[in-house]
Amino acid sequence: MSDLDFASSPINQSLSAEQKIRLYSQMVRIRRFEQVALANYQKPGRMGGFLHLYIGQESVAVGTLSLCGENDHNITAYRCHAHALASGMNMKECMAELFGKATGCSKGKGGSMHFFAPDKNYWGGHGIVAGQTPLGLGLAYGVKYLGKEGSCLCFLGDGAVNQGAFHESLNIASLFEIPVIYVIENNGYSMGTSQKRSSSYTGCLAQRAESYEIEWDVINGSDIYEVRAKTQIALERARKQNKPTVLEIETYRYYGHSVADANATKYRTPEEIEDYKKNHDPLAVFRRKLTKEGILTDAIHDEITKAANVETAEAVKFAEDSPPPSIADISTDVYWETDNNTEASKIGHHFFA
Amino acid sequence: MRTLTYREAIREGLDEELARDPNVVIMGEEVAQYNGAYKVTQGLWEKWGDKRIIDTPISEAGFIGMGIGASMLGVRPVMELMFWSFHSVAFDQLVNNAACVRYMSGGLCSCPIVVRGPANGGTNVGATHSHIPEGLFAAFPGLKVCAPATPADAKGLIKTAIRDNDPVYFMENTLLYGMTGEVPDPADGDFVIPLGKAEVKREGSDISLIAHGRSVIHCLEAAETLQNEHGISAEILDLRSIRPLDVDAILATVAKTHRVVLVDESKPFGGVSAMVSHLIQEHAFDELDGPIKRVCTIDAPAIYSPHVENDQLPNPKRIVEKVLSMI
Repeated sequence: MSDLDFASSPINQSLSAEQKIRLYSQMVRIRRFEQVALANYQKPGRMGGFLHLYIGQESVAVGTLSLCGENDHNITAYRCHAHALASGMNMKECMAELFGKATGCSKGKGGSMHFFAPDKNYWGGHGIVAGQTPLGLGLAYGVKYLGKEGSCLCFLGDGAVNQGAFHESLNIASLFEIPVIYVIENNGYSMGTSQKRSSSYTGCLAQRAESYEIEWDVINGSDIYEVRAKTQIALERARKQNKPTVLEIETYRYYGHSVADANATKYRTPEEIEDYKKNHDPLAVFRRKLTKEGILTDAIHDEITKAANVETAEAVKFAEDSPPPSIADISTDVYWETDNNTEASKIGHHFFA
Repeated sequence: MRTLTYREAIREGLDEELARDPNVVIMGEEVAQYNGAYKVTQGLWEKWGDKRIIDTPISEAGFIGMGIGASMLGVRPVMELMFWSFHSVAFDQLVNNAACVRYMSGGLCSCPIVVRGPANGGTNVGATHSHIPEGLFAAFPGLKVCAPATPADAKGLIKTAIRDNDPVYFMENTLLYGMTGEVPDPADGDFVIPLGKAEVKREGSDISLIAHGRSVIHCLEAAETLQNEHGISAEILDLRSIRPLDVDAILATVAKTHRVVLVDESKPFGGVSAMVSHLIQEHAFDELDGPIKRVCTIDAPAIYSPHVENDQLPNPKRIVEKVLSMI
């Protein structure tokens, strides 16, 4: 499989040099954003809670979401920064959210795991493993119900495949012919437990789809061309036939489950991490390909890196300078009716002391 | 005025909202071809077809979550839980997703969904099928909960719940489905009842009985006995909506009678009546002539035995005894 040249797939052949550079710079931006987020997380008093880093997996969010159109939606779990940025959210609102500021994308109410931008078809950012899988089903159902030709890409980790909600979603997706694409981002570990120690399966995780009569495929995540080529098939199946697909994208995360993962270097060997960085890193792989294609030069690469550095620095400055939510803000965004001061909101007590 | 059963009243409300808004869909186990496990949706599939009335597999986490996702995109799903007792297998969806998605998105997402079905004891089906979770769900900010006692309230509230832009959990009662009551004719206009508005179901002067759901019906019967056999005039306040809650109406009846019995099919620990009791002591302490008393379901999982299940639940006899112990 890895010998196939996905660069020549129609969906990749149609890319202009400029579009390819944009894909590469998206991955660079996302990685830089997370590196800077980590640096700030490690400075006392800047961020709280968890920080689940995506570094190593960038080709998945960038590759799949680069194929989405007006009626294609997406939703993911808590490792959500990349999907947010790849959906078109800006770094400032994302960084400010990490800093818990009122200017954050969720006004400082969601945090790292809960970024949202419905105006960009991006529906979060969900904290409970596999809890988003029925929501993705519902979004795709909504697309179909409202008579649009579209889909929902619902991302999940390899640790989510054993949750009941995911299996219930697969059954309904197939039964009701719902245009949802489940993208298993398989980084090999559900927190500290390896795939072999957490899942029982034949062949691969995606093959479980067969029992629900759902098409599936496995993708080498280090090649963004392959990610795009195979995801495009699933998208067409969703849009044209209202049929679901399960995709399993083999990928890797360099950091722990979250930055708070105390055992991040204990359940994996340093050699394993090093091998991925050296031979499978999606940015390095794509850079080599684009260089070979004569599209990317060192000068362009430096320019992209510099721009990402400037953008992240500006995002940090924005986050630092922004005000935190007020105590009064705690009580807004609970009910639509009270936020909009409707007649209904004035009847009875909605809040209690 | 014409009369309908509680079941027919809800059905009429659903039918009117299906006609009013093409984005309203009804989903649940057996709601379509089977005509509803309790026949609430009878005839709706025949009238509205596969697109609007959808049979789901027995898969509550899957289909409730699907409804929540669809509501975020602008569909208005009305989800039937065959029993509210089955909430436990969909709890993550009902609480983490429906209740919190608006908040965690800083108000960017909303979830205009209705989840409805019966939530009651008294049918000899044992503990797993007899949960009464209105207090449980009212404890989650972001959710709204109501529990109508009469056909008219059931119709008026289901229509309001569907139009509301927040998640509304609508708790019915299998023992009320066949009860008849007056319901305004649709020809006389759009009949809706706001959430958060309690109603005095019987005027009285000696004691206030505050209840919701089927307990209201028990209170009405108990009030007759109290009046006829003991000369005690009981006022009955039907909360109808648990959250939003009509606190003003609660305080008004307490100020009128100065004695209170809360009748609540929930269990005593942390139920709706525990919250109401707290509100009364905080805001109407000086109005009370004695301690607030409660008639709740006896504090154990629901017993099966038809010989004693009614005694575990609030009933007119227990209400009368409680009132007589106070006066």
